[in-house]
This record gives sequence, structure tokens and C-alpha cells, in this order.
Amino acid sequence: MGQTISEKIISNHVGHKVYAGELVISDVDGAMASDTTGPLTIKAFKEMGGKKVFNPDKCALIIDHAAPSPNERIANLHKMMRDFAKEQGMRLFEIGEGICHQVMVENQYVKPGDIFIGADSHTPTYGALNAFACGVGSTDLAAVMMTGKIWLKVPQTIKIHCSGKLQDGVTAKDLILFLVGKVTVSGATYQAIEFCGEAFEGLSLASRMTIANMSSEMGAKTGIVHPAGLALDYDFEAITPDADAKYIKTFDFDVSNLEPQVSAPESPDNVHNISNYEDTKINYAFIGTCCNGRLEDLDVAAKILKGKKIHPDVRMVIAPASQSVLLDAMSNGSMQTLIKAGASLITSGCGPCVGTHQGVPADGEVVISAANRNFRGRMGNPNSNIYLGAPSTVAASALEGKITNPKKYLI
Amino acid sequence: MSTIKTTIEAKAHVYGNHIDTDRIIPGKYTKTLDLSTLANHVLEDLDPNFHKIVQSGDILVAGINFGCGSSREQAPLALKQSGISVVIAEDFARIFFRNAINIGLPVLEIGKHNIQKGAKLSIDLKQGIVNDITANTSYKATKLPDIMIDILKEGGLVNYLNKNGNYTL
Repeated sequence: MGQTISEKIISNHVGHKVYAGELVISDVDGAMASDTTGPLTIKAFKEMGGKKVFNPDKCALIIDHAAPSPNERIANLHKMMRDFAKEQGMRLFEIGEGICHQVMVENQYVKPGDIFIGADSHTPTYGALNAFACGVGSTDLAAVMMTGKIWLKVPQTIKIHCSGKLQDGVTAKDLILFLVGKVTVSGATYQAIEFCGEAFEGLSLASRMTIANMSSEMGAKTGIVHPAGLALDYDFEAITPDADAKYIKTFDFDVSNLEPQVSAPESPDNVHNISNYEDTKINYAFIGTCCNGRLEDLDVAAKILKGKKIHPDVRMVIAPASQSVLLDAMSNGSMQTLIKAGASLITSGCGPCVGTHQGVPADGEVVISAANRNFRGRMGNPNSNIYLGAPSTVAASALEGKITNPKKYLI
Repeated sequence: MSTIKTTIEAKAHVYGNHIDTDRIIPGKYTKTLDLSTLANHVLEDLDPNFHKIVQSGDILVAGINFGCGSSREQAPLALKQSGISVVIAEDFARIFFRNAINIGLPVLEIGKHNIQKGAKLSIDLKQGIVNDITANTSYKATKLPDIMIDILKEGGLVNYLNKNGNYTL
């Protein structure tokens, strides 16, 4: 019987063929926790009898959710993480090195065909790399770090096939917002997603990460982009599904006429064509996060804002996904363009997306954000409203002071 | 040693669909190891009064996709700290579901239901039966995988691994 990508990857790890619905205990290739989940992970690791992590080269801690520390309580949690990493001989990614998912990919903690478990819900991002990656909570992650294993149910898979090429000025973010709107926030709960078809084949690794990242906004356990067209700077063996693999559901969309998409408050699946929201006045524009803080995202924003100033009633915050992204955006001039246009640069990390610090909106304010979540209170104030869009949409909106279709600036 | 009562009789607090983890415990409160502080902010953006009215042993009831969003284990921890003894929903987001079991907070998936705010419920966790005493109806919960039952029996994953050292199926 044919297998999906998830079934193949899990089979490779447990040593025999497995199919959807089976419970397995699988070896894990890598594990990480952030400063939201790490301290509880360390506490649970010690309480469950953990002495040494299963492999210090495959485990990492990342300080990204509240970096640098905004208060003494969080400073002490960061210290706890630094101490634990040192004691275990594992790497700790310091403040400003970047968002967990970005640094895991840049530093090759995860590769095609791997099973990777992260204590962060956006861990499916590594599905861009043709890996099986799941988010878990702190205690699950502590158990992975201690045993090198995880128990899981082999998921059923939803296939999302998109034919046609995206128009100029329409990006991977618009595509994934469109798909979240169609599948809904609970449409893939417990299941894996495979993304395939012409629309994905031409996408960069960064864009594939944007796609896989928002699998979690559909409730999925993991979301894997088919490897056709995937280019990495090392050799890898691609995992593809069998022709007779079984899917629980298949979606088929022609996206050649897709327009830029916006997700309105207060659920990521509240997605409509941007024309429904044009002229909505905004106060605050944000580009960053594990969804859209990469070089191509900063480049497209710089292209729109080059030689211009953002609207006087708007403030704009940029949080590059990693130090490496920041350095590249400095070298190619994008960062200079964005700052000259009036944007404020903050430390590479999760920034205002998690509502802890670095840019909490005021009561009644409207945010246009390149992030992946717009739940009520997400950015720290339940009395603000968050719209999600592509980095291009965020930049065009910052320029005009209202939600703006970026296509006119790009074609 | 199990720390979980297998029969529960208490009052239901009923909320709707897609209650995300930001609503269960906002991100700004999550960065702490002092778990007692979580209870002061539980469900604060959904129902600012909840932390004042909830009583030890009460039951939380919700619709579909309860606990969607972030992987923060602080979400089930906040509910547990507030005194909630069990969460019942039509269905759950997967990370919340695992987290709840891992910290020893029972969760029951019962599909479509008509439980009303303030209803008195009696629950048999072993059998997975939810009796709505007020409405005189009952619901059967989806059976948990055996490994989750084993973890829950020990009061959570920390105790389970302390006892077993590793996973067994």
C-alpha cells in the first residue's frame, strides 16, 4: 500500500512500514525550546529524572520570545536557560541571534527526511525542508530531550494541490492566507498537510517556510511542501509520496488569478480579498516573525518604500527573523531603505507578535502585520485589532496609512 | 500514584468555539515559573470575571477546537491552577490536548453537545461518561489512546517517566 510523505518519514524512523492511525514511539532527530517554553521544559526535565539530554548536538535552546529581557523575572528565566545549556553542552542561541525556527534551519539542526520536535506551535515551518516537524508543549519536549523519542499517532494527510502560477505582486503569504481561509483554523486538526502543484514548485526556501509555518493555523500536526523545486546548499534525498498514497481529503485550487489576501480580526481564517479592506485606516505596521521576517520579505518592503516616507500617522516596526537576515539586509541596502522610510528596527526575534513587549498597540488601534496570528489580545492588548497580510501589503499600507493593495508598487 | 479523581461532580462554565491559547492565558503572563500567578489571568480576555467566579473542582465546557494557537503549556496549567478539574469540548487543538494530559488535567472530547452555562455535571473519567444532571442527558467521550490513559493515571508525564524511565506502548 502506498505511503504519504509523513508515513514514509515515520516508517524510516521506526524501522518498519507504518500507516495513518498507528501509534508509534519514534526516534527524533532534533529538539528545541524557546524562552516561552524552555524554562518549564528544564523544570520538567529535572523532575522526570533527566540527567543528560539525549544528544547535545541535536538539542538547542533559543532566547527569542522576550529578547532582550524586558524585566527581572524574564531575565532570571533566561539565565536559567543559559545555565542549563552550559551544563548540558548544548547550544543556546542568544538574544538577537534570531527566531527559533529561522536559526534551526540556518544552522542545519533540521534536514530533509528528519523528525524534529519543537516546543513551539510553529515548528511545522520545517515542512518547507521536506521534514516531519511537530510542535509540542514543555513537558513533551522535556521527555524528548531526555529519551530522544516521542510517542505519536501517524497522522492522516490532507493534500492541497494548487495549479497555476502566482501573479506578480502576489506572494506565498497571500497563497497560504487564502488556503487557511478555505481549510479553516480547525480543518486539519491532528492531520498532516502536503502542499503540491505548480504554485509551490517555483517558491524559494523562505517562501516555502511561510507556507509550512501557517499549517499550524489550520490545526495541522505538520505541513510538508513537496520537494519539487526545493534548492538547498547541500545534497539531500527528497521524500515524495507514493502515487497510490491514501489521503483523507484533497483540495484542488487554481491560484493563477489569486489577489493579495488579508486576514481580518480575530481569527487567521477570516480571510478575504484585499479589496474588502482597502481604505481601512491603520496605526501600526509590523514586518517580522517566523512567518515573514526573512530577507525576501524585507527586500519586497524596501522595494515599495524606496525613496519614500511612511504615512505620518503610522509607525512601523521591523524585526528581522535572524541576525543573518539582518546582516544580509544591511549588505544589500534594504535595511537602510526601510529605516530611511521611517521604520524602527528592533532585535531579531519574535518581537511584538507575542504581546510581551517591543510594540504593544494601544486601545482602538489597528495593526497590519506580516505575522501568522491575529487572535484577540495577541499583541498584548485585547482592545486592538490585527489584520494579517503579506510583507508587501504591510509596506504599501504603511506608506498610505490604510490597508493597500501592493500590486501597483510591484508591477 | 494517581493524583486524579476519577469521578467528578461539579458546575459547568460554558464557552464557545475556537478558544485560543491567547485567550486562555495571554502571552505576556506566560513567562514565569510561579504557576500560581497564571490563575489570576486565566481566560481574562474572554471573561474578565472568570478567575473570580471559578471554584475548585469546577468544569470547563467549550465547543470545537479548544486551545488552538500557541504551544504554551501555561494554558492548561492556568486552568488547572484556577481549580478547573476537567475540560470538556466538542474537540480540541492537538498541542493543548497533549499538554493537558501531560500535566495531569483530564480532557474529554464529546462531540456536539448542548450543555448550558451553570449546568451540574457528573463525570466518570474511567468510562468517559459525561452526565448532564441539569438537562438529564449524557454524552460518551472519545476513548483516549492507551498511552495517554497510562500518562493520565500517573498524574502526568513527569510521574509517568519517573516511574518508567521511557515510553512503552
